Amino acid sequence: MKIYNKGLVFSGILVFAAIALFPFYFQGGRAAAKPEPKTDTPAIQEYEKLNGKKECVESKEYMRGEHMQVLNQWRDSVVRDYYRGYTSNSNHKRFNMSLQNGCMTCHSNKKKFCDECHNYLSVKPYCWDCHIAPKEEETKS
Amino acid sequence: MSMDRRDFLKIAGISSILGFGASVASATNLITDKKLLPPQVDRNKEALTAKRWAMVVDMSKFKAEEDFQKTISACHTFHNVPDFRKPDGSVDKKFEVKWIWKAAYERTFPGQENKYMSEHVKDMPFVVLCNHCDNPACVRVCPTKATYKLPDGITMQDMHRCIGCRFCMAACPFGARSFNWVDPRKGLKAELINKEYPTRTKGVVEKCTFCTERLSVGKVPACVEAAPAGALLFGDLEDPNSEVRKIVTEKLTIRRKPELGTGPAVYYLIGGGDHA
Repeated sequence: MKIYNKGLVFSGILVFAAIALFPFYFQGGRAAAKPEPKTDTPAIQEYEKLNGKKECVESKEYMRGEHMQVLNQWRDSVVRDYYRGYTSNSNHKRFNMSLQNGCMTCHSNKKKFCDECHNYLSVKPYCWDCHIAPKEEETKS
Repeated sequence: MSMDRRDFLKIAGISSILGFGASVASATNLITDKKLLPPQVDRNKEALTAKRWAMVVDMSKFKAEEDFQKTISACHTFHNVPDFRKPDGSVDKKFEVKWIWKAAYERTFPGQENKYMSEHVKDMPFVVLCNHCDNPACVRVCPTKATYKLPDGITMQDMHRCIGCRFCMAACPFGARSFNWVDPRKGLKAELINKEYPTRTKGVVEKCTFCTERLSVGKVPACVEAAPAGALLFGDLEDPNSEVRKIVTEKLTIRRKPELGTGPAVYYLIGGGDHA
């Protein structure tokens, strides 16, 4: 078999492979550091002291997988249907359906709680374009 | 297999119609999340409720410039409404966002200027805001249902859905809507931001919401609270015993541009004086 411009073709393939495989050899086969969202804010620690456990609106596993749907449903419910209270399926407590005045009163560590995973997964929810994130000083861990 | 041109076109046509139909059907189903229903969700017990919220503006109670400023700034600080100023300190009209503001008589009630009107009425600024119409033009034109009517008469908007097309601004005969040309946070002082209420983002339209978020926790709108006593009255128009209903029944009130048929719910009491 005769290949024309052998040198050009093979060096081209080499350059392409070098660029395309850059992420793999740049990481050297190591996985990027696993995100570790923190739930150690003063409000949550206080809650744990009083109740003997940490608990959210629903179970940890449910919140981890479904919090986007939860937030969407809450938003529609509050903005369009007047409902502002949500009764949990897991612990039957009533919660104020609000990001700024609900979620973030406990999870006051946006950087360690929200951004930790969102940055890792490169998802950029636009919540904070409008909603005001809590002030963070105490999370210097 | 052989197929003549006619059969090929038939099959191609039908399948493209089916495919197109399916894509339209799935694209128009905007809300994919399951809706939350009672008893899972409920209203706050302390919430103020009404069949039809309405407001009466008693202009005689606004006496000094300070009365206007108090009312307007109460609303604007509570809702994080940006205040863009030119270098010389005047309001930058290009970027101005307003929920409640002052307007001259001929702007408030155009076509009703009489030749020998009292100087007082002619020169007096009027407090104007969204009229929360019965049949709002803004809601009809909104392509994303970002603005909509709540059952209690409030014309509400969902900032999450607004795409900033500004059809509502063109449709509103009262100029009640403002567009965020730039990030509104640039027009807010960090230390004055109300942490309990969101700001808006660049590229959405905003306006007065009759303070739905305050009504839901049992408070009257911020402007009503801050205005001089009795200057702004807020209540249920459908309740025969409410203050607004009594005034609308007993006194002569006028509304802005009623001839357009949008059915404004903000009533103006001009001659004022003492009332119920």
